Amino acid sequence: MTRQEPPPLVSVKGLRVSFEDRRVLDGIDLDIRSGEIVTLIGPNGAGKTTLVRAILGLLKPEAGTVLRKPNLTFGYVPQRFAVDPTLPLTVSRLLSLPRKRGRAESEQALSEVGAAYTIDKPIQGLSGGEFQRVMLARALLRRPDLLVLDEPLQGVDVSGQAALFELVGRLRRLHGFGVLLVSHDLHLVMRATDRVICMNHHVCCHGTPHDVTRHPEYLRLFGPEAARSLAVYTHMHDHDHDLRGEVVTLHEDGPTTRRAGGGGS
Amino acid sequence: MIWEAEFVWRAMMAGVGVALVTGPLGCFVVWRRMAYFGNSLAHTAFLGIALGILLGIDPMFGIAAAAIAVALLLVMMQRQTQLADDTLLGILAHGGMALGLVTLGFMEGIRVDLLSYLFGDVLAVRWSDVWWIYGAGSVALLALILLWRSLLMVTVHPELAAAEGAPVLAIRLAFMLMIAVTIAIAMKIVGILLITSMLIIPAAAARRFSSTPERMAMAAAAIGVVAVVSGMAGSITWDTPAGPSIVVAATALFAISRLPALSGFAIRRET
Repeated sequence: MTRQEPPPLVSVKGLRVSFEDRRVLDGIDLDIRSGEIVTLIGPNGAGKTTLVRAILGLLKPEAGTVLRKPNLTFGYVPQRFAVDPTLPLTVSRLLSLPRKRGRAESEQALSEVGAAYTIDKPIQGLSGGEFQRVMLARALLRRPDLLVLDEPLQGVDVSGQAALFELVGRLRRLHGFGVLLVSHDLHLVMRATDRVICMNHHVCCHGTPHDVTRHPEYLRLFGPEAARSLAVYTHMHDHDHDLRGEVVTLHEDGPTTRRAGGGGS
Repeated sequence: MIWEAEFVWRAMMAGVGVALVTGPLGCFVVWRRMAYFGNSLAHTAFLGIALGILLGIDPMFGIAAAAIAVALLLVMMQRQTQLADDTLLGILAHGGMALGLVTLGFMEGIRVDLLSYLFGDVLAVRWSDVWWIYGAGSVALLALILLWRSLLMVTVHPELAAAEGAPVLAIRLAFMLMIAVTIAIAMKIVGILLITSMLIIPAAAARRFSSTPERMAMAAAAIGVVAVVSGMAGSITWDTPAGPSIVVAATALFAISRLPALSGFAIRRET
């Protein structure tokens, strides 16, 4: 018997979406398979979120198809949003929406994303990085086949961004789900990506991060600056910060936490 | 002694019944920033009053019907994207209100005491009104309890709720219907102009003392009940209009809730 590739989780073919007279997406083809991280990049207004909404089944395409594997479960983490300050909602309550989750279950999901200490905190008091991790934990509780992260780096500081991507990569290896990542900025995400789809209303180019950053279409969209700025992200910090902002010294034998006496660093 | 008079107790019961519903429902009005929605829907009550008189039924049913019709129309018209929701709502609600007033003007020989509709006439409620308040109020509260988590989820992020398979449109519609029913039963207590205040003031006053949505809902109901009882007591003692007195009491409770000295009273379970 020949080894057959499993069918994709999501298969988009010839997708076209228009709002009133404006064509936002046209001729989009895209497959997402189990266990791979696909990154969607494109400038602001390129239709990335519209494509995500079509994949999630939130809008009807004008033409083309979006095929989902039967019983596909999404773990969707939308763009950073604010919860009204009048709504008293702790992290554990947010995880229990819309389905009740036991405290142990919630705690486990939170520790998987390194945010167990937030469980009783009000949502409105979380930092950008904490909020994204909590939303990730909420998505994990659904046992997703496909994780969809829309601009997960918004409001996350630079050192937290790398940590967040490492986390997504680790969770993918552990759970084997597919990941669809949306970003307007490739160099932040390329280390954690298997495949990049560069789009601006249509698919401009696609391939490995390495190939895409050298593709003339990519350079046309983002300019040669984008390719050069990749170098910035290859330098090493001599220390890092954990989620609470405490300094983590990077030794060869692994990180250790140095407690700063309340002053921060 | 006036306190022993049946109409006083009847009024208290009616007011307490309304407060028990407007408190929890009002929390969602506050969380979802729908104060203008409540206000506009209340204004369509004039159309409902005209409808009730035309058909010879209790205005309460007319008001419920008009509010439900406007809510349904709003959801249907929201599919177009040119006009903002609040503009659309303003057109529907004020158009309905004006239509109601014009219709009332056409009715010859009928004197309508508009003032009692505007500000409520709680001391004139009958036993049948009390039954309606508790009957319709229980249905609204039961629906709220059943939809609680779904409504919270839709409040937090409607797109996310929809992506996870929640029937967002149906949930929003159900919530609007609950508000419509509440407006119909609250109208006799505080009047059309002040219904929104019974939705938002107890909820806003409850925020400071609540660490979960459920506690805020219960605190809002309790604060609403205190406002009704103290407002009515004040109204009877000083012979002031009952509806506005209740709202003054609620506003005073809200002001007290903001006092810095009360910050330690938050009902918390934080570790």
